[in-house]
Amino acid sequence: MAQTKTMLDANEAAAYVAHNLSEVIAIYPITPSSAMGEWADQWSSEGKKNIWGTTPLVVEMQSEGGAAGAVHGALQTGSLTTTFTASQGLLLMLPNMYKIAGELTSAVFHVSARSLAAQALSIFGDHSDVMAARMTGWALLCSNSVQEVMDLALIAHAATLKARIPILHFFDGFRTSHEVSKIEMVDEADIRALVDDELVRAHRARALSPDNPFVRGTAQNPDTYFQARETVNPYYLATPEIVQAAMDQFAAQVGRQYHLFDYVGAPNAERVIVIMGSGAETAQETAEYLNAQGANVGVLKVHLYRPFSVQHFMNALPRSVKSIAVLDRTKEPGSIGEPLYQDVVTALMEGWNDANAMPRVIGGRYGLSSKEFTPAMVKAIYDELAAPAPKKHFTVGIYDDVTHTSLAYDANFSTEAAETTRALFYGLGSDGTVGANKNSIKIIGDETDLYAQGYFVYDSKKSGSITISHLRFGPQPIHSAYLIRRANFVACHQFSFLERMDVLDAAEHGATFLLNSPYGPDAVWDHLPRSVQEQILSKELKFFVIDAYDVAREAGMGGRINTVMQTCFFAISGVLPREQAIEAIKHAIEKTYGKRGAQVVAKNFAAVDQTLANLFQVTVPAHASSELQMREVVSARAPAFVQNVTAMMMAGHGDDLPVSALPVDGTYPSGTAQWEKRNIALEIPVWDQDICIQCGKCVFVCPHSVIRAKVYDPKYLTDAPETFKSVPARWKEFEHQSYSLQVSPEDCTGCALCVQVCPVKNKSETRLKAINMMPQAPLRDAEKTNWEFFESLPAMDRTHLSTHLVKDDQLLEPLFEFSLACAGCGETPYLKLLSQLFGDRALIANATGCSSIYGGNMPTTPWTFNDDGRGPAWSNSLFEDNAEFGLGFRLTLDKRTEYARELLPQFAALVGQELIDGILNAAQTNETEILKQRGRVQALKEKLEAFLTDTPNHPSLAVARELLSVADVLVKKNVWIVGGDGWAYDIGYGGLDHVLASGRNVNVVVLDTEVYSNTGGQMSKSTPRGAIAKFAAGGKPNAKKDLALLAMTYGNIYVARVAFGANDSQTVKAFLEAEAYDGPSLILAYSHCIAHGYDLIHGLEQQKAAVASGYFPLFRYDPRLVHEGKPGLQLDSKAPSIALEKFESNEGRFAMLNQQNPQAAADLLKLAQADVQTRWKMYENLASQK
Amino acid sequence: MIDLTTNYLGLELKNPLVPSASPLMRHLDNLKRMEDAGASAVVLHSLFEEQITRELDAFDFVMTHGAESFPEALSYFPEMTNYNLGLDGYLEHIQNAKATLSIPVIASLNGYSAGGWVDYARQIQRAGADALELNMYYIAADPELDSRAVEDMYLELVREIRRVIHIPLALKLGHHFTAFANFASKIADAGADALVLFNRFYQPDLDLENLEIVPSLNLSSSYELRLRLRWVGLLYGRVESDLAVTGGVHTAEDVLKAMMAGANVAMTTSALLHNGIPYLSNILMDLRQWMLDHEYESIRQMQGSMSYKNVAHPAAFERANYVSVLRAFEPRDVMPG
Repeated sequence: MAQTKTMLDANEAAAYVAHNLSEVIAIYPITPSSAMGEWADQWSSEGKKNIWGTTPLVVEMQSEGGAAGAVHGALQTGSLTTTFTASQGLLLMLPNMYKIAGELTSAVFHVSARSLAAQALSIFGDHSDVMAARMTGWALLCSNSVQEVMDLALIAHAATLKARIPILHFFDGFRTSHEVSKIEMVDEADIRALVDDELVRAHRARALSPDNPFVRGTAQNPDTYFQARETVNPYYLATPEIVQAAMDQFAAQVGRQYHLFDYVGAPNAERVIVIMGSGAETAQETAEYLNAQGANVGVLKVHLYRPFSVQHFMNALPRSVKSIAVLDRTKEPGSIGEPLYQDVVTALMEGWNDANAMPRVIGGRYGLSSKEFTPAMVKAIYDELAAPAPKKHFTVGIYDDVTHTSLAYDANFSTEAAETTRALFYGLGSDGTVGANKNSIKIIGDETDLYAQGYFVYDSKKSGSITISHLRFGPQPIHSAYLIRRANFVACHQFSFLERMDVLDAAEHGATFLLNSPYGPDAVWDHLPRSVQEQILSKELKFFVIDAYDVAREAGMGGRINTVMQTCFFAISGVLPREQAIEAIKHAIEKTYGKRGAQVVAKNFAAVDQTLANLFQVTVPAHASSELQMREVVSARAPAFVQNVTAMMMAGHGDDLPVSALPVDGTYPSGTAQWEKRNIALEIPVWDQDICIQCGKCVFVCPHSVIRAKVYDPKYLTDAPETFKSVPARWKEFEHQSYSLQVSPEDCTGCALCVQVCPVKNKSETRLKAINMMPQAPLRDAEKTNWEFFESLPAMDRTHLSTHLVKDDQLLEPLFEFSLACAGCGETPYLKLLSQLFGDRALIANATGCSSIYGGNMPTTPWTFNDDGRGPAWSNSLFEDNAEFGLGFRLTLDKRTEYARELLPQFAALVGQELIDGILNAAQTNETEILKQRGRVQALKEKLEAFLTDTPNHPSLAVARELLSVADVLVKKNVWIVGGDGWAYDIGYGGLDHVLASGRNVNVVVLDTEVYSNTGGQMSKSTPRGAIAKFAAGGKPNAKKDLALLAMTYGNIYVARVAFGANDSQTVKAFLEAEAYDGPSLILAYSHCIAHGYDLIHGLEQQKAAVASGYFPLFRYDPRLVHEGKPGLQLDSKAPSIALEKFESNEGRFAMLNQQNPQAAADLLKLAQADVQTRWKMYENLASQK
Repeated sequence: MIDLTTNYLGLELKNPLVPSASPLMRHLDNLKRMEDAGASAVVLHSLFEEQITRELDAFDFVMTHGAESFPEALSYFPEMTNYNLGLDGYLEHIQNAKATLSIPVIASLNGYSAGGWVDYARQIQRAGADALELNMYYIAADPELDSRAVEDMYLELVREIRRVIHIPLALKLGHHFTAFANFASKIADAGADALVLFNRFYQPDLDLENLEIVPSLNLSSSYELRLRLRWVGLLYGRVESDLAVTGGVHTAEDVLKAMMAGANVAMTTSALLHNGIPYLSNILMDLRQWMLDHEYESIRQMQGSMSYKNVAHPAAFERANYVSVLRAFEPRDVMPG
């Protein structure tokens, strides 16, 4: 029977099968597997049934560990249960996986395989995680393509029921999980045919039940544990045949035949690559290409990796083979070779009984963290296999100039089929390019017989991110699991990219180049950089332009040029007849946007209709004439590491960095974000110095630290640039000083929060404030010069400032700047404040999440240092352990302080009792005292150093060296434990609770966005009642957890709830008090977020409304007050003065529920309003208690 | 037995008192209470064209903003299967109102562009509304736009809607037209079955502390009735449409004046917002009592009895009225020295 072909990605394919075959699904978000859980949750919330006609129960847990526990419990009570995960999530599941396998439980986990955090975290794909699960006793079944994911998912669910061995079904994260591909769907009949209900009932019959009581999960002793462990052997021995039988049954039903090991290539191949995952597809494509040219090579694609069947492996391997390269997409440092290599070697040792000599085996690593794996690399491996003395262990895809493991390859080698259209699209995340391309590829997949593939590359920036779409379509099945390197269509959706990146690098001779250009066909040539002109000429490109922004604006689409560019692509590429293409685009628009109303559809239609009249082919002149050059990546003033390493990554050439260029232990210099000038703001704030009252609020709220203020001696203005603005400072303490407010034009994201917060209005033109948004381009050069001059002005003497005043805080240098956060981010102002107040003495433990990504994602880091070279020391350990990680910092400080204080008195004679006493008794409660202590410790160190130099044979030298190495700890340091609500309320709560209870002096800042922001808005226990979130599509039924109240019950924890947009002074007060409190502190910082569903320009107003409605009351609980006989709790906001609805109706997360299910929204709002009243009464009551 | 019945938009109504469009109408139980208190029909709250447009834009923004940009978060919200945007909710409300009430339900659309309205009107008819009231809320702020163009826009819209629906159509207007009587006549010719006089516009106020424009709308007073009385009186019997008075109807006396000027119905909102829904029954009781006291048999008997057409001194509706009012005030305004 002909099967339905459809376009989807592997996450959806796996979720489709899993949802059909599960009763219980326990989930937790983690990239790149989150979408599987989201699909399952969505389908269940829509009431979609499994093949037994009942809707699977989908439950979000607090961590992957929790999900695995719930899965284990559901399995033991007889449910067909699954989960989806990756990377660290899989690691957290390992303990339960041993149990599930040890108890011979039928189960399937679907894993989009991802790197593990080692020297750094990486969200991208390799097999490190699944290889860490290979000893759990689970079967490991690998899918190499999107089609295989759907097919083998079904085979896994079917086989586990018979085998009783649980199966971990995995595929490559991103490369497969996120690739959109045209595949044949298995339908319900196929699924039914594969799954035996008797086996389902047998699974149920083995379950725990008081009606049939037994115990499982006992503790065993030396007498029987070993034997009991061996009881499972027959099941493992039988599993390969059971899986193969399921594959055969699948083939009979569906027509696609799989084997445990699938061999492709020459039947009598002498060189064979053994590989699993998406790389197998590329290897197959390359082998077939080489064989067509007379080579004699093959690929053995591994599907069932565990249990490893030597017999099936040997049967699949051609006996003609003389040399084998085994490729592992993982690294096991210190091993003889990576896991698959070792298994193949062992299998040959055990299974090779041929008269021929056993083939030579070499092992290689490839593709870690989604590193490209291309036909060129495959060819290099085959070449290596033919070499007389190949490297036994190699890497491919990188240049290893340290231990020389890497194979050289010819990057120009290509197997791309001429009949395949290969299209590359460069766009911005915000311009809708990816969405349009996903539509395009679906149109092509649905409207033609062509095979189609779409893969989308995103950078890791949350504002101004660049996307590159790779689309292939052609008459033959597409095995190219790698990025397009030879494109016959290149579209650049942003004119400014031309001066930043080589967009035509991949354009092949005669390709088509489509450019979104503000300049028309006659004028555009003169505005192109020279290298672009030269490539157009030398490659003889067909060159088209459209002013897509103009067309989009005319059609009412604002800055979303997606539909316009999509129409251009179809019009030029000719993949479909124009009329048909237009009709298909409109159909797709209706499908995508129809639900959002007729007018959204209408404006998209208008954009389609107006496109063709505005699309022009450019008559290319005969010669390059441009004087324009590509912009320098970083300033020549940047440090060497930034010039040599960071700049390469910024320019998109990180792949070319050799091993030797990179730090060996994941240590990178601070303060590199300042060198990446992204120029993403269309408009930037401009200061009106005449009406400004110098309150500092704009500086305070700026999420990217691009607005700075300084007070300085007017004498410095002598060399000021012409347009540099300066006025007398409005501080009575700084009479006769000058004040400047300066914007960094190239770092601003254009969020306009500064304008929103400005309290001053122009008396003659009230639309204007003391800071106003103006177009960036005309201001860029002058303001860049002004910024550089501003930076050269001396920093303020911190001891002259009253840090509890927002007005003074604007003059504190931020040591957190230009992060990758979203424009208008509600989290970063807190971190900036932290860095301003305490940055020169702060150790920061940062939980994985938004703040670890915008705070520490390569290539640059926003955490920086001051002129003295001091700044925050920042590190990210994991998601789940951040409180404990930070506590470790504190333990070091406490122990080291104790040690230093123990050593210090021994040097009284040498350095003087006065200095010793001064150091030991220093108060260090404010900037002045800390500065003095720094001076004392510096004096101590100098004396110790002199002592070491002057008296080389003194018996106290060893102790002096010890004291010298720990003396810095005597100057106050503080520990900040930072993370989001996903960490603090959910996955890290147990650890956080323990750390708070420890009584140690740590400061915890929870950047509370009330949702898992970084992974795309999944519900956390901080999510409020009635809000829609992923995993809470019907609105969260329960109230937000009151973490503050829980912490207050300990009595010795400083607790504050702050919302800087509502009360900046209270925020400052809380940070200062938390730091001053010699014990644990917890600050819950309300952070508006893109996942709240509104334009963040209104973030501050919403914070105000959150507080005014009592939704987020502000308070501080200070245990010190209790000791003074006062109430510990001080309410910093007034009783609710507006209805909760007023706050909620402005946010999409609440409004969407109202649209979707008004009754549920009304009911939940009523409950939430009651929550507000009850909570307020309780706080009032607490605030009155001494 | 006093006959309070009247006919409006071809609908036979048990009395002339109709609660007009207001936020009270959002809740079904309020509608039921109005019926119980004696309302003869209800005009539902207005479906605002701008609101629908804005909500659609807002949801489009929410679903697309930040999407497909960052590899870990390709979206921030679950894809909705059911978007109950303004119109859907409104249509459901009409259906529920129809199912709950036995009195006629008049839907209300507030906007100014033909494009969206035609479709909305069709759907409102399909949802079961007994009639449709169009609320043309348009401030002619564009100096380039002349009065003819503004009037044509209104007329075109009425014609368009008339073309696509068969249920009765009322048009609620402001009074800022140069030749209102002529315009009213054209509107009736274009297909409006009734004119609802007059809209009360939100008036902007200036906030001196924050230097912001703040919208304001105060509840009406009986004083405002006079403008309506004049125009109903002037138009009664001279234009081909029913007339409704809205704005300033607070008491039975107000209703009576509206009827005598020539209105088919008197609509009230502010009185209910101020006094509560049960107040309707007080007005009706007073109405009956007045008619009893003054020996009127029916509402129909008095309708138009004091219109321009039927009063002894029609000029009183025109400029003369102005003159006489001033004269009447004169002696009392000047305090004896």
